[in-house]
Amino acid sequence: MLEPILFFALAVIAIAAGIGMIVHRNPVYSVLLLIITLFSLAGFYVLLNATFVAAVHMIVYAGAIMVLFLFVIMLLDLREESDRFTLKKFSRVLAFIAAIIFLGEAFLLVDMAISDGGLAIGMGAQTAQVGDTPALGKLLFTKYLLPFEIASVLLLVAIVGAVILAKRELLPKQAG
Amino acid sequence: MSIEYYLIVAAILFSIGVLGVLTRRNAIIIFLCIELMLNAVNLTFVALSNHVQNLDGQVFVFFVMIVAAAEVAVGLALIVAIFRQKETVYVDEINLMKW
Repeated sequence: MLEPILFFALAVIAIAAGIGMIVHRNPVYSVLLLIITLFSLAGFYVLLNATFVAAVHMIVYAGAIMVLFLFVIMLLDLREESDRFTLKKFSRVLAFIAAIIFLGEAFLLVDMAISDGGLAIGMGAQTAQVGDTPALGKLLFTKYLLPFEIASVLLLVAIVGAVILAKRELLPKQAG
Repeated sequence: MSIEYYLIVAAILFSIGVLGVLTRRNAIIIFLCIELMLNAVNLTFVALSNHVQNLDGQVFVFFVMIVAAAEVAVGLALIVAIFRQKETVYVDEINLMKW
């Protein structure tokens, strides 16, 4: 009985915060509204019995990535944008129509997937409790070991790249 | 709660992200909308993983989060570097390659 109420409350909060994020002029408010969306998405993950993913989601996204966004916004000292998000410009009307068309396509795909019964593909061997942290860890270290190691190399490359890109000046060339 | 509700919410969030990417001028806000799109895809993965009772979807959510973190680090460093050169973050003013 509680689950539909919780689901609809989280859905309304997520969508309202998402719309507020793309409409608001101040970039700091946009980041904070996205953090609200991320909180509600973590609530969705808990409802879907994926508790470890919810915890990692909060730590990585709201704890690290959004903080990085706030750092950069305050470093660049961005003010509010000068134009309001109204649908007066023609390009914005086009973008709105494109988004509506895309949403219709997504609904159509969901409808096709549900009604044809094509979602019961790939029943895995782990019919045990989904979202169990040891099961997830076991999967990550056996079947997905190679992507796991490559992901760590990817993070190293990203760190090196970010440091190089944001350096203030290159090293001076040696004379002679 | 049946699965189509989660998929519909994810589709709506993705469309909101698309609308934001197409409409805003600020590069950092565009980045935020890309993050919203990635999160909508994460929600789709977790919902489907719950539906077919397979943990592979949640493992893929891990990797999507890792890639998103790496992309945000490099992308924000790029924006900072561009800001140092041109003193602007608005994408319609960064048009040196426009012919």
